[in-house]
Amino acid sequence: MIDGVIETTQLCKTFKGHAALRGLNLRVPEGSIFGFLGRNGAGKTTTIKLLMGLLHADGGSARVFGTPVTVADGAIEIRRRIGFVSEDKELYPYMTVGQVIRFTRPFFPKWRKDLERRYLEMFELPQTRKVADLSKGMRSKLMLLLTMSRGAELLILDEPTDGLDPAATEDVLRELAGITAEGTTVFFSSHQLAEVELIADHIGIIDRGKLIVSGALDDLKARYQRLQVVFADAVHSPAQWVEGVEHVRQDGRMLSILASRNVDEIADQARSLPGSSVERYPVTLKEIFLEHVRSN
Amino acid sequence: MIFRLSPSSGVPLYFQLMEQIKHAVEISALRAGDQLPTIRKMAEDLVMNPNTVLRAYRELEHQGIVELKHGSGAFIRETADGRARVMRKAQGIVESAIERLASLGLTEDEIRRAFDNELAQLSAGKHAGKAKL
Repeated sequence: MIDGVIETTQLCKTFKGHAALRGLNLRVPEGSIFGFLGRNGAGKTTTIKLLMGLLHADGGSARVFGTPVTVADGAIEIRRRIGFVSEDKELYPYMTVGQVIRFTRPFFPKWRKDLERRYLEMFELPQTRKVADLSKGMRSKLMLLLTMSRGAELLILDEPTDGLDPAATEDVLRELAGITAEGTTVFFSSHQLAEVELIADHIGIIDRGKLIVSGALDDLKARYQRLQVVFADAVHSPAQWVEGVEHVRQDGRMLSILASRNVDEIADQARSLPGSSVERYPVTLKEIFLEHVRSN
Repeated sequence: MIFRLSPSSGVPLYFQLMEQIKHAVEISALRAGDQLPTIRKMAEDLVMNPNTVLRAYRELEHQGIVELKHGSGAFIRETADGRARVMRKAQGIVESAIERLASLGLTEDEIRRAFDNELAQLSAGKHAGKAKL
């Protein structure tokens, strides 16, 4: 198996007795756009801060580009190759947009002047305005410009489209698609399942400090299905469902079943129940997400 | 050529893209020798993952619809036209089936469900050959 650009093993972090990460095993394949999902407080930002070397883990290990993030020199080397947008999107408030860009540029030898110009125009950023006077959305755009222009091999973005209007969101997602076509890996957290479903090819769902679902989005969608079983008279249920049934809900003479694997076997089992007729439906990422974070 | 994907439909995006390209061939919007947009262009136009576009192109190559030429892109193959003729024949069959179902009083949604359901059973390998309506 090819090593992931990001790999964590049994990563743990506790804050004042509260376990934020409880053995996180994460693997982000090279060249992917990885959507990192989870409810508020699930551990997304903690994970990102650990990867960036901004926090120290209490247990387990994390590697980026194969280098452990805990090694002091490693963290610096890693940060050179990463573009990072934090949740709070902090910038020097007293500088103008133009000054921030000129200040940032020399830190990155692979700086992409072409992309810088492109984003300046696309995001309609006023170069002479002070950062302190920018709206939240404008600040996000500036942060994205600074991050995406630096020619990074890996982008780690904590809710990159948070606070952006739909048009700007579309622009950012389109640029992420373009940048990935050039070989960059993108790891981003988001609450917008629709945008994740659009742009991500891999996803991970974190809940209470553990990764509970992970994989290629197409594979997950192929594996998961909803079965709708309608009964002619009364609802029958087997003593034990085949493994892979995540959830069963009864509604009148109908059973609605969410299956995460063995869908064919489960459909056979449902068809063998007296008076049943079975239909199969694809599921959305939203259904997969809600099912897992609610039942966990 | 306009492709439109619906990410929340539950159908994998690479599959949706494949279907739409095949459809474009069937209706002769794309002909043998025509070049598909580059992976990057397609990804940006549709705001989708380039790896997903690549997967769709590779599957289409596997099915003999397109030819991937290294460095120059994806082209519709000659044989795809033959496939398109078969599909036009299929269209006629489906059309008459739908007319018969409609004459039984089935609505559009009911017909669609009947088709979807039969196809699902077929792909599950449990097709008993009897229509269940």
